Amino acid sequence: MKAALAQIAPKLADVAANLGIHADAVRRAAAAGASLVVFPELSLTGYVVMEAAPELAIALDSPQMKRLAEISKTAAIAVGFVEEAPGGRFFNSAAFLDRGDLLHVHRKVYLPSHGLFDETRHFAAGDRMRVFETRFGRIGMLICRDFWHLGPAYVLACQDLDVMCVLSASPGRGALGDDGRFQSTASVPLLGDTYARSFGCHVLHTNRAGVEEGVTFTGASEAYGPGGERLARAKDLEEDLAIVDIDPAARRAARLRMPFLKEERPHMILRELQRVLAERSAPQY
Amino acid sequence: MSSPNAPHLNTDLAERVLVAFLRDEAKRAGFDRLVIGLSGGVDSAVAAMLAAKAVGADRVHALALPARESSPESLAHAKLVAAAGGFAMTVREIGPAAEALIASLSAPLTPVRRGNVYARLRMIALYDASAALPALVVGTSNKTELLLGYGTLHGDLACALNPLGDLYKCQVRDLARHLGVPAVVIDKPPSADLWPGQTDEADLGFTYAEADALLFRLVDQRMSPDELVASGFAEPLVRRVTRLVMRNQFKRRPPMIAKLSARTIGWEFRYPRDWGT
Repeated sequence: MKAALAQIAPKLADVAANLGIHADAVRRAAAAGASLVVFPELSLTGYVVMEAAPELAIALDSPQMKRLAEISKTAAIAVGFVEEAPGGRFFNSAAFLDRGDLLHVHRKVYLPSHGLFDETRHFAAGDRMRVFETRFGRIGMLICRDFWHLGPAYVLACQDLDVMCVLSASPGRGALGDDGRFQSTASVPLLGDTYARSFGCHVLHTNRAGVEEGVTFTGASEAYGPGGERLARAKDLEEDLAIVDIDPAARRAARLRMPFLKEERPHMILRELQRVLAERSAPQY
Repeated sequence: MSSPNAPHLNTDLAERVLVAFLRDEAKRAGFDRLVIGLSGGVDSAVAAMLAAKAVGADRVHALALPARESSPESLAHAKLVAAAGGFAMTVREIGPAAEALIASLSAPLTPVRRGNVYARLRMIALYDASAALPALVVGTSNKTELLLGYGTLHGDLACALNPLGDLYKCQVRDLARHLGVPAVVIDKPPSADLWPGQTDEADLGFTYAEADALLFRLVDQRMSPDELVASGFAEPLVRRVTRLVMRNQFKRRPPMIAKLSARTIGWEFRYPRDWGT
């Protein structure tokens, strides 16, 4: 079973054009044997949408979502979009579609709003971290900063996660280092390796390419196997398509070798967290 | 190498990012040509070399725009840069236009006002070429100049795309060496070239090495002025540089708009410049 990391450069604020880019990438991925294609964060709109977010938002029953459902008849897709939800809320969301059906929507929980990031200005925060059943196994989706916080991956793992799909749009920051890569790219390989190794899962992380508003997105999408082995790394900065095997037998073998989940203690973690939070909310003076 | 106190730069990565930046942003704006003013200095040399790599040397239009007082050496250096980059350069004298305009301005004209007139006439020539070719105007102001306000509003600060605005002067020099800019251009004292012997460092009252080391710590590393003084920078220098950075914020922002409506440009109406491209 093969998956593709579709490292595209979406056209900013042009959903129609991006639907075409998605259809084209899915065709190319399917021709290379992939039956699952992971796109970057906000792949349908571009990242620096600012006040255009509501104008680019689509509802789950929109014609654009139906078009994505059509595209998913060629291969399953994880795509990023601005979701218009009841109550006048807009989310930075990821949809998983397969064989014409919308199987799951994840709403980004961790909205960075510091430095060059301004996501809480435009988006409401999601409040769920769910794994869902697919023909590829149990999938959990994370959007960019969700991946950098350690909690979400753990919560997904406790739901018997098989494949973690991460949709990212990571702006390059810091060109001072000696390794020829932006300093901001250093964490991603460490996290991908660690999650895959700790949870015996596959990690499919697609980061976008291209330039918006003078900001260069770093590409280098990566896939990790359940032993922590890197299965692929796409090109730095440029558009690319990487194809990897996501073999369930590899997960079984890894979990037999290192049965982390068998020995995990989520009830203890929960109990201790509740204690910590109760103590923290008590008056300190 | 830059001085030990100055910020380092990965020149391979910087070249790759800046070339892609110029290529992508020009393309999405609907342009495949770039126009740039070559002064004979290191900043415009680096910007032009990057432009040539981005769109091809045959699609870069370099203009040398000497004024009456410009040194012949500057023009010779601009020619060296054009030869090194493999692009054509056109020389257009702005002297007669400048003198005609200055004759109708209030006297006496200070050197700073004269410099502003030259910078703004060059802007007119570049934007005229932009419309004539058509081509996008590539800017050459580096991060040091932008932070210190060492540039003319609507003059050399005017451009469509600025590949150098996040590079300190010492980093521009590092990139210049990497790109093969002629050494004579890199090593000469930077100058606005308004009168014989003028140098930026004499104008500013401190060296670029000092300014870069200080600004990198103040801006990129967010050290406080007190921390900078405690770490060994002279207090008058720290005071002067921090004051310049604050006073010149207006040169780095669009003009202020008086707010009346509920949706004002710049406040509630905030869209990317690359909107729909």
